[in-house]
Amino acid sequence: MALDTLYHVSTPEGISLRLSPAGPVPRILAWSIDILIRLAITVVIFASLAVFGKTGIGIALILSFLLEWFYPVYFELYKNGQTPGKKNFNLYVTMENASPITPGASIIRNLLRFVDFLPFLYGFGIISMLLTKRFQRLGDLVAGTVVLHKALDYPAIEEDKTKAITPPVSLNLAEQQALIKYQQRIPYLTSDRAEELAQIATPLTENKNPATPQLLGIANWIMGSANK
Amino acid sequence: MSSIRQTQFIEKHQDLWLKFEAWLDYQELSRWQKNSKKKPIEAPEDIDLPDVYRKICHHFALANSRMYNPVLVERLNKLVVRGHHKLYSTRTSFLANIINYFAGGFPALVRKEWRIVSIAAALFYVPFIAAIIVIQFNPDLVYSVMDSSMVDQLEDMYEPERNQRFGRERESDTDLYMFGFYIKHNIGIDFKMFAGGMLFGIGALFFLLFNGVFLGAAFGHMTHIGYFDSFWGFVVGHGAFELNAMVLAGAAGLKLAEALIMPGRKSRGLALIDNGKVAVKLMYGVVAMSLIAAFLEAFWSSAVMPVIIKYVVAAILWSLVAMYFVYLGRENKHQ
Repeated sequence: MALDTLYHVSTPEGISLRLSPAGPVPRILAWSIDILIRLAITVVIFASLAVFGKTGIGIALILSFLLEWFYPVYFELYKNGQTPGKKNFNLYVTMENASPITPGASIIRNLLRFVDFLPFLYGFGIISMLLTKRFQRLGDLVAGTVVLHKALDYPAIEEDKTKAITPPVSLNLAEQQALIKYQQRIPYLTSDRAEELAQIATPLTENKNPATPQLLGIANWIMGSANK
Repeated sequence: MSSIRQTQFIEKHQDLWLKFEAWLDYQELSRWQKNSKKKPIEAPEDIDLPDVYRKICHHFALANSRMYNPVLVERLNKLVVRGHHKLYSTRTSFLANIINYFAGGFPALVRKEWRIVSIAAALFYVPFIAAIIVIQFNPDLVYSVMDSSMVDQLEDMYEPERNQRFGRERESDTDLYMFGFYIKHNIGIDFKMFAGGMLFGIGALFFLLFNGVFLGAAFGHMTHIGYFDSFWGFVVGHGAFELNAMVLAGAAGLKLAEALIMPGRKSRGLALIDNGKVAVKLMYGVVAMSLIAAFLEAFWSSAVMPVIIKYVVAAILWSLVAMYFVYLGRENKHQ
């Protein structure tokens, strides 16, 4: 558990929320999409307003100014913290305590983008992200915001209770949980990967080949054992 | 592991979760999607948000402590995070706050932060005035600040005869162009100044000193070669807003630097968040002042009229700015 980057926020209701901050890679990718969109819009604005001569260019300059500094602010405040790029990667911006981002915080984090971008291509921002527990760039640190992964929908799995295999060794609670999680994740894994993971648990699989059915059977036994 | 109880648990509460999920999904739709004629989406049943949220928090805590299936726990965690997001969103009107802010909060804040504002003002105005004076005695110094093509361009722009020739300092259709240019350029610099404070103040310091020397050199040079009225007449009006906005942007940047350099009893992280809130408020004022400056520069400063009128208006503008910061926002002691 200590290996992952989850962090917890306690709410007034006395429970703790599990949140998973997004690292540099998905954020850089999301940013790349946003910068392409912004460039495209800028080109369209200038191309279409240029026909109105200098007046048109003046308006285009104002619009490009807004686009440069406030494009993310708009999406963060009105689109649930997701710019199109972030939406594409299932990321969203929120306050550190998981409440929605406030206008002030959004403006701070986006004005400070300028120093995150220094000395070139988000150098300081990436260093800051790598040095902080929650992958915060400088703007995030000042605004008290964080970029999170949006939890994906995992449909409930039909449990296959047909066979149950008694585990050869006794398992503690964490190990039982790990096996159940494995069972739940089977539909999202390729069969090769599932087998590869199953092979790790040699004390349980007793070198059976393939090991996947053996582990699933034990998982069923654990689930079933509670039925008694 | 209590699977039977888990099944019963799900059966018992599933309806509430689905209802909550549907409600949240609907809330996240844009107004446009809600009213779309092609595919109207029916509004789900209204729920009592705090009540339902609290119940689901309870379910989540139970599922956690009873070690229910991780997928179920994950699903409840997601519901709780979304509910939390919704319940604790702020509903205060951003716009109303902004109006109140400019009616008193902003000048009060500037007075409260007088130390850092004074430092920023000194960092800009001292080199600015010094450069103007020095260049009167040693005119060639202007070339160590800007290159000769820049000086030529500047001289050309404010050549007194040019304005008499055309009757107007610029063609009127370019006013809007200049407005756009000033906004993009000047406010962009203000923003960079603020952000530059994050580098232990070096960015803010650099921009303040550099602009002080650079603008001082320009002012000094134009004064020295005798383009007094055409230059000062043009700049002095909007300068009341533009120069002071720049000083405040620098002060906002220094506010961030303060948190890094001398956070006091707070941790640097906490000090940054607290000072950031103050600094961004200063920046709202900076944006407003820079917008006024850009507007004046584009539409008023370029208009041709007896220069005395420009000086009178400039005097009024400077005293308005001074009075705004000295007198407004004093009655709200509780703020």
